[in-house]
Amino acid sequence: MARRAGAPEVSAGSMADIAFLLLIFFLVTTTIETDAGLDRMLPPMEPPTDEEVIVKQKNIFQVSINKSGQLLADGELIQLNQLREKASAFLDNGGAPSGTEDYCKYCKGKRDASSSDSPAKAIISVKSDRETKYGTYITVQNELVGAYNDLRDRESQRLYRKDFTAMEAEYLNPETEPSVKEELKEKVKRIQGLFPQKLSEAETSTSN
Amino acid sequence: MSKFAKKKDGEVPAVSTASLPDIVFMLLFFFMTVTVMKDSSVKVANELPQANEIKKLEKKDRVITIYVGAPTKEFAKTYGTEPKIQLNDKFANASDVGDYILMERAKKSQDLQNVLTTSLKVDKNANMGLIADIKLELRKVNALKVNYTTYEGDAFKN
Repeated sequence: MARRAGAPEVSAGSMADIAFLLLIFFLVTTTIETDAGLDRMLPPMEPPTDEEVIVKQKNIFQVSINKSGQLLADGELIQLNQLREKASAFLDNGGAPSGTEDYCKYCKGKRDASSSDSPAKAIISVKSDRETKYGTYITVQNELVGAYNDLRDRESQRLYRKDFTAMEAEYLNPETEPSVKEELKEKVKRIQGLFPQKLSEAETSTSN
Repeated sequence: MSKFAKKKDGEVPAVSTASLPDIVFMLLFFFMTVTVMKDSSVKVANELPQANEIKKLEKKDRVITIYVGAPTKEFAKTYGTEPKIQLNDKFANASDVGDYILMERAKKSQDLQNVLTTSLKVDKNANMGLIADIKLELRKVNALKVNYTTYEGDAFKN
């Protein structure tokens, strides 16, 4: 008679096969989500007022995209790859004369009196045709954000020896320690204050 | 003298596969944790444009997604080939966007309702007219934080 000592052992030999099966299932169903993009704040819907916001013409950098994807920046026909440079030059101009309240100490631009007074005053306005391709629009938005980021990086390097984009990414990362976050918040806010992002898509009336 | 006797040559010892299940399980758990099950199927062509100055969208529970693009082949017969808006699982008009946002917002908990972001997943071949309409609707319901969701890459390839 066969001797029975306890339960017979279960063979674990097929464990690897089962695990492989599950692994392949998850490999196939996984889609690593692409959740990154350009953040933008839309202007709030305001009740119509008689008082119109008046912005000086020289403080507006008008970018228009037509339906075939051509670009008009401040009245000049330019190529997409020139846009970043043009926008940077406009933002960094600091045209207000020294001594006035708008004077920009950290600007390294040409200080051309016919261009923007200071980064705080400078507004970039984007207009697009209804037929413009979304891809082109995103390229333009990307270049404009790039122009801001370049300037912010420059100031951030000067003040904190660190790139602004890197600091901001660390600040927004939910895994960052709260104490580090607090410290970064101040720095990020300061740099953002030096070059506030003013990308407008609303109609702005102008005067000279 | 037999201390250093030569071992039997020729046979290579078999590699032990005992740790194979462990390795596979490790991979399995990795994929199980990173997997996100789709809650709605995308019925429109959705090749996002590329950009490189992007920010990550953290915290999925604070995001409302709107898809825009030309209907895929199986829906092209009924809905045509012009880009359409997809909300949840249905095709919709621009005028429905506001209601959809309000509905989605009402579903979220009170403390999240003010920090919601609208993620626009728009096909790169869609045109701006439709986007302008959506933006107007979003402004009407005061959903001002938008994210133009893109792939990471060279923006000049769009």
